[in-house]
Amino acid sequence: MYQYDKYDQAMVDARVEEFRDQARRRLEGKLTEDQFKPLRLQNGLYLQLHAYMLRVAIPYGTLNSMQMHALADIADKYDRGYGHFTTRQNIQYNWIKLEEAADLLADLAKVEMHAIQTSGNCIRNISSDQYAGAAADEVVDPRPYAELLRQWSSFHPEFAALPRKFKICVIASEKDRAAMRLHDIGINIVKNDEGTLGAALYVGGGMGRTPMIAPCIREFVPLDQMVTYSEACLRVYNRHGRRDNKYKARIKILVHEMGAEEYARQVEEEFAHLLEQGVEPPAAELDRIRSFFQPPEFAVGLKEKADRSDPDFALWIDRNCSPHKVPGYVSAAISLKPVGGIPGDATAEQMHLMAELAKEYSFDECRVTHAQNIILPHVEVERLYELWQKLDEAGLGTANLDQVGDIIACPGLDYCSLANARSIPVSQKISERFAENGKGELLGELKLKISGCINACGHHHAGHIGILGVDRKGTENYQLLLGGSEAEDVSLAKITGPGFNEAGIVDAVETVADLYLAQRQDGERFLDTYRRIGMDAFKEALYG
Amino acid sequence: MKILTGNDLKSGAVVWWDGQGWSIHITEAVDAGDEAENIIAVESAARRVNAAYAIDAEQTADGPRPAHIKDRVRALGPTVRPDLAVPAVETVGWDWVI
Amino acid sequence: MADVDLGTGRDDVQLRFRDDEQADVAAVTVDSFLDQSDADAVRIEPGDNARDLLPHLSRLRLVEVNFPSHTDGRGFSSARLLREHGYTGELRAVGDVLVDQLRYMRRCGFDAFAPEQWLDEADAKAALERFPHVYQAAADEDVPIWSLRHG
Repeated sequence: MYQYDKYDQAMVDARVEEFRDQARRRLEGKLTEDQFKPLRLQNGLYLQLHAYMLRVAIPYGTLNSMQMHALADIADKYDRGYGHFTTRQNIQYNWIKLEEAADLLADLAKVEMHAIQTSGNCIRNISSDQYAGAAADEVVDPRPYAELLRQWSSFHPEFAALPRKFKICVIASEKDRAAMRLHDIGINIVKNDEGTLGAALYVGGGMGRTPMIAPCIREFVPLDQMVTYSEACLRVYNRHGRRDNKYKARIKILVHEMGAEEYARQVEEEFAHLLEQGVEPPAAELDRIRSFFQPPEFAVGLKEKADRSDPDFALWIDRNCSPHKVPGYVSAAISLKPVGGIPGDATAEQMHLMAELAKEYSFDECRVTHAQNIILPHVEVERLYELWQKLDEAGLGTANLDQVGDIIACPGLDYCSLANARSIPVSQKISERFAENGKGELLGELKLKISGCINACGHHHAGHIGILGVDRKGTENYQLLLGGSEAEDVSLAKITGPGFNEAGIVDAVETVADLYLAQRQDGERFLDTYRRIGMDAFKEALYG
Repeated sequence: MKILTGNDLKSGAVVWWDGQGWSIHITEAVDAGDEAENIIAVESAARRVNAAYAIDAEQTADGPRPAHIKDRVRALGPTVRPDLAVPAVETVGWDWVI
Repeated sequence: MADVDLGTGRDDVQLRFRDDEQADVAAVTVDSFLDQSDADAVRIEPGDNARDLLPHLSRLRLVEVNFPSHTDGRGFSSARLLREHGYTGELRAVGDVLVDQLRYMRRCGFDAFAPEQWLDEADAKAALERFPHVYQAAADEDVPIWSLRHG
């Protein structure tokens, strides 16, 4: 993975001192809260429901054991012994003190980490495929391109006061494992007919109040023009994105209102001009970055099948392990969704263990997924049992990847001042219900996503089953949505009808699951059955 | 009644106007009435509180109970982590939130 | 159409990074500027299209870019665009200009600052000197890190 050189380190160190100075000026009263807020946000520091919350960047979800250990240490030293892995592959700490924040950032800088631009109206963390470098179907490892864009976007002087936040995703496969089409800019690295790599650019996707799937703005941008093209996309947005209404300020609204064609035309105009401005890094820079993403020294002649005599282990292999491009290896998912647990949360102790396991079993590398789990990308099949036992002992061995128990949930009203309803208790109750009724395994792939408010940080629009928490006359209420998908068959979920209270929504999820079980054909997933039989059948089952 | 809440600037702790200063215990919050805006202005300028605002609450035997569930969660702590709650939870209990 | 005098009397220039003499000229609105051939100073509002000025760059001595709110970043693009198209006159940021934006503004081509609220000069100096490098090419002369790496 990428390693800082002296320039990267100098920038991160300077940023720490800049923030230290800004925090000092705030505490001394030289900066008002209005003036300080954009500054602290661009260092990931929110003022949240209970305290300051800090969001640490994990670029394209990749980290090594030293970094994971450091995240654990930070949880103990500055927080309350745990962290929350997010739907954008970052980590959040919920109980930070402003007077200690700069020291925390300094500790991060020592392990080549930061919280730069993880919030605020700027370009945020660039996400990617959690199986990068391991998936057999990838055209190329997308992460060097994500890293190139990360550096380009860091401290970009023109785009630090955008109309709104800006989220970029880079993948390199037909299968979309990172919800690429639901980003402000989604990039899919593809090969053209001549076998040359290029970037297919999608602009204007997103969830929130007005979910939209990003249209393709340009089918093929040569890789040596990708940064320039991205700059053009951002400039058009900065100049023309709406600033009159916070809820209409994302680029998806601009692309929608202007029309994708007109937006593309304006980008092309800006792009042509910017090509003459020398903003594109040279090919040598991409080569340099790529050198950090060489495949590890994979062993050969390894066994390709594990001993499945332990049925719990066999289940875990089947559920949580994904095929690897190299024979004898798999990518193993560490579930942060134990039954009745808080999705995405990990204690410092668990983080230390995951760090050790990454080092021991996966060439010192792990990935955070946007589904709030952790992936060990390169694990020898022969060593899986040993790994699983250690995970199981630590409560990290739940075999539920992409199943109904693998719930994506935002922190919700328990933690977030934007929320209308609590999401975590609903997640816990659903998780417990399906453990009790034993249907979890039977249901197969079932992506359930819960958001505590319309901002959709839980990605409920993209859930096979989605749940949206709303405020109904001062009490928490939950809307049920069906039929969303974040993958290459992307679709937006639709509301079933009137909402439910907490007990009701848990029953409702079981009701729709039962209907699926009764109606499914030929290995259909829940999503497939829904698409075949339609919403009416589900409405009937729910509301009679 | 109108009670005032905000965060401690340095620590981020949730605090409540107790008539003289800012307490972490909602049980000690007082009715700020017409003085609300004034108090917020003075206290914010002096940096004794950050991001303060007024909320509606009803007076109960255990002290003020915020009208909105969000403020009640804020007053005690995440309902899913009772181990991280503030001391006031001993007085009012978790049912008070819902 | 009467010109609105938006000259330097109202906008005090606190910081200036140019060697030439500061012109005491009245900056008119973009609409006014385009309507007359003898104005040499213009003020761009966030909603104006900086491109409208491109045919007239050679007669401009001063371009003011107004920031009514520090959260509205359109002025950054306006400034950078003008520099990219060869504007060499004074490019002055006015309005809600804060210390912590100075560095980015300089990078986008601003060489004069007339903030509504006078800036603490020690803070301003520290802000401008804080970062040893830059990651990207912009409207200033700073050499991007990728260039330092590869020569």
